[in-house]
Amino acid sequence: MSVLPKWADAILIPLLSILISFVISGLVILYLGLNPFEALRLMVTGALGSSYGWGYTLFYTTNFIFTGLCAAIAFHARLFNIGGEGQATLGGLGVALVCLAVPWPHWTLALPAALIGGALFGAAWAFIPAWLQARRGSHIVITTIMFNYIAAALMVYLLVEILKPEGSMDPASRRFGPGAELPLFSDIFGLVGIPFSSSAPANISFFIALLACLLFWLLVWRTRLGYEIRAYGHSETAADYAGISPVRMIIIAMIVSGALAGCMAINSVMAAERLVLNSVEGAGFIGLAVALMGRSHPVGVILAALLFGFLYQGGGELALWANIPRELIILIQGLVILFTGALDNMVRMPLERIFLMIRRPGRQGA
Amino acid sequence: MDFLTLLQVLDTSVRLATPLLFACLAGLVCERAGIFDIGLEGKMLASAFFSAAVAAISGSVWIGLLAGVMASVALAGVHGLASITFRGNQLISGVAINFLASGLTVLIAQDWFGQGGRTPSLSGGARFNEIKLPFADLLSGLPYIGQSYAELFSGHSLLVYVGFLTVPLTWWVIFRTRFGLRLRAAGENPEAVDTAGVNVIRIRYTAIAICGLLCGLAGVYLATGLQAGFVKEMSSGRGFIALAALIFAKWRPWYALFSCLLFGFFQALSFRPDVVKAVTSLDVPGQLLDALPYILTVVILAGFVGKAIPPRAGGEPYVKES
Repeated sequence: MSVLPKWADAILIPLLSILISFVISGLVILYLGLNPFEALRLMVTGALGSSYGWGYTLFYTTNFIFTGLCAAIAFHARLFNIGGEGQATLGGLGVALVCLAVPWPHWTLALPAALIGGALFGAAWAFIPAWLQARRGSHIVITTIMFNYIAAALMVYLLVEILKPEGSMDPASRRFGPGAELPLFSDIFGLVGIPFSSSAPANISFFIALLACLLFWLLVWRTRLGYEIRAYGHSETAADYAGISPVRMIIIAMIVSGALAGCMAINSVMAAERLVLNSVEGAGFIGLAVALMGRSHPVGVILAALLFGFLYQGGGELALWANIPRELIILIQGLVILFTGALDNMVRMPLERIFLMIRRPGRQGA
Repeated sequence: MDFLTLLQVLDTSVRLATPLLFACLAGLVCERAGIFDIGLEGKMLASAFFSAAVAAISGSVWIGLLAGVMASVALAGVHGLASITFRGNQLISGVAINFLASGLTVLIAQDWFGQGGRTPSLSGGARFNEIKLPFADLLSGLPYIGQSYAELFSGHSLLVYVGFLTVPLTWWVIFRTRFGLRLRAAGENPEAVDTAGVNVIRIRYTAIAICGLLCGLAGVYLATGLQAGFVKEMSSGRGFIALAALIFAKWRPWYALFSCLLFGFFQALSFRPDVVKAVTSLDVPGQLLDALPYILTVVILAGFVGKAIPPRAGGEPYVKES
């Protein structure tokens, strides 16, 4: 029984939820002593007013597209993968090991190898909770949270004890070779004569993220496997009855999910040109907000990732110019998750009532 | 390793176990009533900030305690609204609450105190100070028993003792009162509770309020007992360790006490790598000790050591038949 037309479900409800989150964020900004519209202006100029701003915005967007897709594929199988953070962390390790192991002659060779490394490590980190859920019935939410912490501890250990170059105080790996340097937007756009800031980290990974969205769409809506994953997500019993193995679905969905999170590292780690502690910076969690807001659809994910990329960069600028800490973005993220995810019915119920009221007179006439 | 060092480590374990214990019991009450709560962390953090901030401003730890608990209960109310009234996803709501707390605390801390997301450090009446139990000094000369009494049992802040007393209290409420029976039933079979003419919604809201109160105490202890003031992200995953302890304890109060002490012990050990090295003669990395509670929880969840069975109706919103 769906009262709402499809467009209202896919566009109107998320928009209203975001609007509510933004109004509340605006009130918080007002409380902090800044005019919200002034704050918005600062954020827009900082994030979108220059090619430098765009370069950072799209850099963050790239991260969030990957982690958003990571959460989205799990949502399709009705799994709540809160472990994107840990999977992306391990993906970073995979990318770093690939980049460090071989003196890569050129990025065209380094990138595919690093992509495979990141995806493999991310997928492996997701596989264990997936297997535990599928075979032993351990709740995947709890296990993936635990795996985030285990990943963080593992990373500290590896960086401090093993990967850190001798004599360095900084818990970070040594620099990757010049052959692992990805072309930045300034290089790419420079080819066609468009000037772009060369100090912004946005790079070719952005296009790989877009490609991942396309592949995601093909996988979920145009293949048999995608159909099975969605069927399993809608009803486990029905899927089981139709001969779809729940164990297989859980494991495949989580492996894809972890691999997508791991792919994020080609952007975050390769752009930094070395592996540092906390290279993920919460992007794994933002992925949850992105997927919820984007309704687990690649187009939605891209738009939501762009919004969060803007917020992330704009929030940084705000911290710089207006003495409002960067944590504002965490608050906004929390509000978006709350309203688009948990309080979905708060927006949906009144809306359904309105649509019913509009529809009723029409029916009587017919 | 001599006896005094052991006592010191155990003493630290008790201190570190206390916030875990409060949060773990908070989760216990909530999950027993059928509401999953992964927002323990956020509630604890919010309470830590507001208790420290208000205690710093007012100079009284008790007013701070009230503010901290109120902040935590308010967030619990949001969780209730989302997961009970609007039947939203309880996990998503918990995640959201963690982010709300971690963002808001720093924003407000910066606005109020301008010290980069921390509160001024607390002292005197703005803190829960250590309580010396009677005869502690007198008995400290007595080997073993007297030393244990003076070092381990005496000299904690009030909230530590409250925390340990909360264990039997929770046990009594959950297993020996009518309310506790209904609460457990609401988590196992809410339809039956409803059929008996008891309001499931009200029980679950009450459980969530208790959860808010206990998480609040965890945060208050963190900022005004264990440490002297609030720093950014000071809960540092304790809400999730508490969740792990809850599963480890199989949703039982007495087991919760032991699992929290165990996890507190691991945390205490990671502060003392020298002790670990002296005892095991192995170079155990501190990170392994940090990760041990999480690894143990995964092992438990995997069912290799006993089986942890959560309340049956946990995580599902109750929809009354109409």
